[in-house]
Amino acid sequence: MREPIIECHQLSVGFDGVKVLDGVTFSVSEGDFLGLIGPNGGGKTTLLRVLLGLQKPLAGRVTVFGGLPGRSPGRIGYVPQRLFFDREFPISVRDLVLMGRLSKKKLFQRYNHLDRVRVDEAICTAGLERLIERRIGDLSGGELQRALIARALAGEPELLLLDEPTASIDPQMKITIYDLIEQLKERLTIVLVTHDTSLINRYVTKVAALNVTLELSEPGITSCGERFIASVPQNSAFPNL
Amino acid sequence: MLQEIFAFEFMRNALLAALFSSVACGIIGTYVVVKKIGFISGGIAHTAFGGIGLGYYLGINPLLGVIPFSLAAALAIGLLSKKAKVAEDTAIGTFWAVGMAVGVICIGLKPGYAPDLFSYLFGNILTVPSSDLWMIMSLDLLIIAVVWLFSKEFLAISFDEEYAAVSGLKTTALYLLMLCLIALTVVVMVRVVGIVMVIALLTIPAAIARMLSRSLLGMMIQSVVFSALFSICGLWLSFLFDIASGATIILVAGFAFLLAQAWRLFSAFLRAR
Repeated sequence: MREPIIECHQLSVGFDGVKVLDGVTFSVSEGDFLGLIGPNGGGKTTLLRVLLGLQKPLAGRVTVFGGLPGRSPGRIGYVPQRLFFDREFPISVRDLVLMGRLSKKKLFQRYNHLDRVRVDEAICTAGLERLIERRIGDLSGGELQRALIARALAGEPELLLLDEPTASIDPQMKITIYDLIEQLKERLTIVLVTHDTSLINRYVTKVAALNVTLELSEPGITSCGERFIASVPQNSAFPNL
Repeated sequence: MLQEIFAFEFMRNALLAALFSSVACGIIGTYVVVKKIGFISGGIAHTAFGGIGLGYYLGINPLLGVIPFSLAAALAIGLLSKKAKVAEDTAIGTFWAVGMAVGVICIGLKPGYAPDLFSYLFGNILTVPSSDLWMIMSLDLLIIAVVWLFSKEFLAISFDEEYAAVSGLKTTALYLLMLCLIALTVVVMVRVVGIVMVIALLTIPAAIARMLSRSLLGMMIQSVVFSALFSICGLWLSFLFDIASGATIILVAGFAFLLAQAWRLFSAFLRAR
């Protein structure tokens, strides 16, 4: 029996009285690769924020690694959207990736040899060896995206949460990023959020579509080999959500 | 010329004040620029005028009045903008004006004319007493120690506050600590450029340094150097032409900023060709 890693039951999230997510129920087990798809503004990022403990749900029950969200920082690797970053920030790829070790460190503890070894490994996995001293402002969009993935990997996570890793990246780069994620899928549990449905089909083992209501059917009901698709009742009250 | 300058004790003190304050200014200014909290820093600085008025009214060294007042302002503005449902710029603007108002009323309540009021608003580096130099130096050491202890946390909240929170950091507490360091830096700078112009010396050297550096530490070192350069250059020009020292320092910094931007545009133009 594989360990359940994320369990969401009847989850509702909202801002200022408007519900972004309503009655979401799904679970992710060890080794799963869940692709969360849905339109822009459909609450995909919000769902990730709930899983990270950054956003409190209005109702429902969420557990991550058997506890409340936000209680197991050292076990989760988070890859936020690349477009939110200040490209002018004076930081090299190495120092950016080193930030991934923060969750393993206590206050006043300094980075040591082990941290640097893990950083080098993560940079190797992401294929950024030649760019290690490069300032992030001098990276291409795809390279920065891989650096952010390396940062998440440096913390040796068991669960990887990726938010739109291929947004605004040229098609050639998209494939290499998915190849990198494909390679990680062997050893990590992955939740990938995207509105890019064309590529996701080739890679993920589970797809969940996120609108106002999200249901995940079990294997055997709508299964096609390893993969199965969630059914999505459209709520006409919130056509954009 | 140089010997002539150093013959005066006030000139030696002025030079030391310029150098010591540049240390705090360059280090903290780096955070102000990369975290884009210039407006909040300006708010803390102006609110601190209330502390100067209070110190003046109570008859103590106004700088001693500024320390608790600016620390309280930093915590209040920080908490209000993070926790309460108040827009950040509204919170800052309110404190900005209220602090100044408290200062003006305190000074008005004290009978007699306040001769050196102007120097707190616009700085007068030529009247720095030795006791203030010691205070500036101790605050420098305190700022360096705190920044060294929290360097990885400060880098994390400056670059990506959300990721810092996900990594288990207490981001609000760290942010408030950073604002307190800005408040202490304001205290250090009051003598040099005064409350009204602190913000320029906090941001300009760091903004120029950011164009040239690849790490936060490198940016800090460079902005300390730029800040010292502007201060000394301004001091020398003010001595030469007998004009206000604080304002001259700011003009030198502003001119350097314009030059740096022009150079950036020019080099981008050359690369595009």
